[in-house]
Amino acid sequence: MLSDLATVVRSKNAGPFELTFDVLFSDPSDYQRVIRSGQLSVQSFASLYGIALDDVLSVIEFEPALAIKITIKRMRSSGALGESDVYGAQQHAPLLQLEIP
Amino acid sequence: MIDGQACNQWGVPILTTHITILSPTAILGYGFPEASFQEGLSRRPNAIAVDAGSTDPGPYYLGAGQSFTNRDAVKRDLAPIIAAGLHLSIPVLIGTAGGAGAATHLRWCLDIVQEVLCQANRSARVARIAADQSADDIIKALTDGRISPLGPVEPLTEKDINDSTCIVAQMGVEPVIEALNQRPDIIVAGRCYDPAVFAAVPIKAGYPEALAFHMGKILECAAIAAVPGSGADCMLGTLDHEGFVLEALNPDRRCTVASVAAHTLYEKSDPRYLPGPGGVLDLTSCRFEQIDQRRVRVMGTQLIPSEHYTVKLEGAKPIGFRTIALAGIRAPDLIPQLDQVLEDVRKIVFQNFESIDETEVSVMFHCYGRDAVMGKLEPLRHLVPHEIGLVIEVVAETQELADTICSFARSTLLHFGYPGRQSTAGNLAFPYSPSDISHGVVYEFSLYHLMDVDDPVSLFPVTVSLMGLE
Repeated sequence: MLSDLATVVRSKNAGPFELTFDVLFSDPSDYQRVIRSGQLSVQSFASLYGIALDDVLSVIEFEPALAIKITIKRMRSSGALGESDVYGAQQHAPLLQLEIP
Repeated sequence: MIDGQACNQWGVPILTTHITILSPTAILGYGFPEASFQEGLSRRPNAIAVDAGSTDPGPYYLGAGQSFTNRDAVKRDLAPIIAAGLHLSIPVLIGTAGGAGAATHLRWCLDIVQEVLCQANRSARVARIAADQSADDIIKALTDGRISPLGPVEPLTEKDINDSTCIVAQMGVEPVIEALNQRPDIIVAGRCYDPAVFAAVPIKAGYPEALAFHMGKILECAAIAAVPGSGADCMLGTLDHEGFVLEALNPDRRCTVASVAAHTLYEKSDPRYLPGPGGVLDLTSCRFEQIDQRRVRVMGTQLIPSEHYTVKLEGAKPIGFRTIALAGIRAPDLIPQLDQVLEDVRKIVFQNFESIDETEVSVMFHCYGRDAVMGKLEPLRHLVPHEIGLVIEVVAETQELADTICSFARSTLLHFGYPGRQSTAGNLAFPYSPSDISHGVVYEFSLYHLMDVDDPVSLFPVTVSLMGLE
């Protein structure tokens, strides 16, 4: 599972209209393994969170930080009617369970 | 050039090989240890800069003109910062004063500055930089086709602009340099690109903009980029013409390549390209180097100037008044059929108040323990918990109406006779009496757009005055 390989898995607003997820590794081989697995993609993220492919704005690999970043469209702007997480800081849990072969 | 001496764009000779900026805390009011701050001062910084704002706490603070930080906590931080700035004769720069950087926030922060100066028996030249924009000017910009959405945002309408209680533009470094040119002791800036107050002194002195902004990007969060990270501890940045060095001033914290590189991701959608007023920071050829146990050097950052100078607009509009009620549910026969029960309660509410329809009043039930945190994103919604924390939320046009509907929804649910009910005395466990809380005005972000501007300075007027003791 991703939580066994990553040292940081977090979510946070990137501005009031986007939600961004960071997956950070301390070991380059774990980082490479997750990238090679292809399990962290627009498709897998959309299906994990039950959202449309178009709502996944980007999946970016950032080697200097051994990081993979996923940014999605927020369900609603931060604090708008029906809000459940103003800072977007507690939306990461499903990502922890992502199976990495 | 003056007598062979290299000059910056303002004709100021470049005399120094490096310049040092002290960042005491991630947000003014979050605090910092005295020892870290003193260590920072002992390095003879050229300026003390601090970010005071964020959109993270949501639209309320901009819309209502309130600060999300506590006044006493801000004053506690400002007293030693201002005293040190005056003692060392170095500028103190505060960005996005009052949390959201509109006029009321600026006044709030200046009032604290005045109090600090008076209590220290000091006076100081204070430059204030306003960031508010009038609805008329924004409507004109919209009509001229100079406004575009920033990210997945709806196109702006004239109604959004008119409905907004407050519209600010995010200033770049230029207005801050304009203020520095008037040699103030303290700069209190309205809504501000976070790195601008950190980059202004180096850029004015002729240091590379790309490096100054990148250093500012990291310093604005103070020791968050260290390990262990903290938003309430000091960070020092030292910039030369080829790179910059970051150092956490608390000996218990270190800057590592991993911690600094990872911070580049924080609250950004793309760590490689960081857009700001006037240009995009390009980190694709950036290098991070561990120079000793506790310090990291950063090099290679580029700045790609924008074709048109743009500023970010932020606005918030009121959408109604909120009333909430908190209650717990433990009945094992109720929890599995909760969705149906809540739907029935909602129908009864709107049947009882026939003159009100669901487009005017929002009745929401947040079921903590099931899916209240993630809503539609929750993959485990099908699991049946043994306990639910329920928030009944009503948003309506007036506080009285929100109170009425919330009260009625609460009492209806309390005594609702669902199928197979065994606990016939009541369905809700209230932790408080009174059970309902009138929560006041609800705001939404109404503007999050980019505006093309011809002059990066004129939108942000600078005024300098003597404050503190007469």
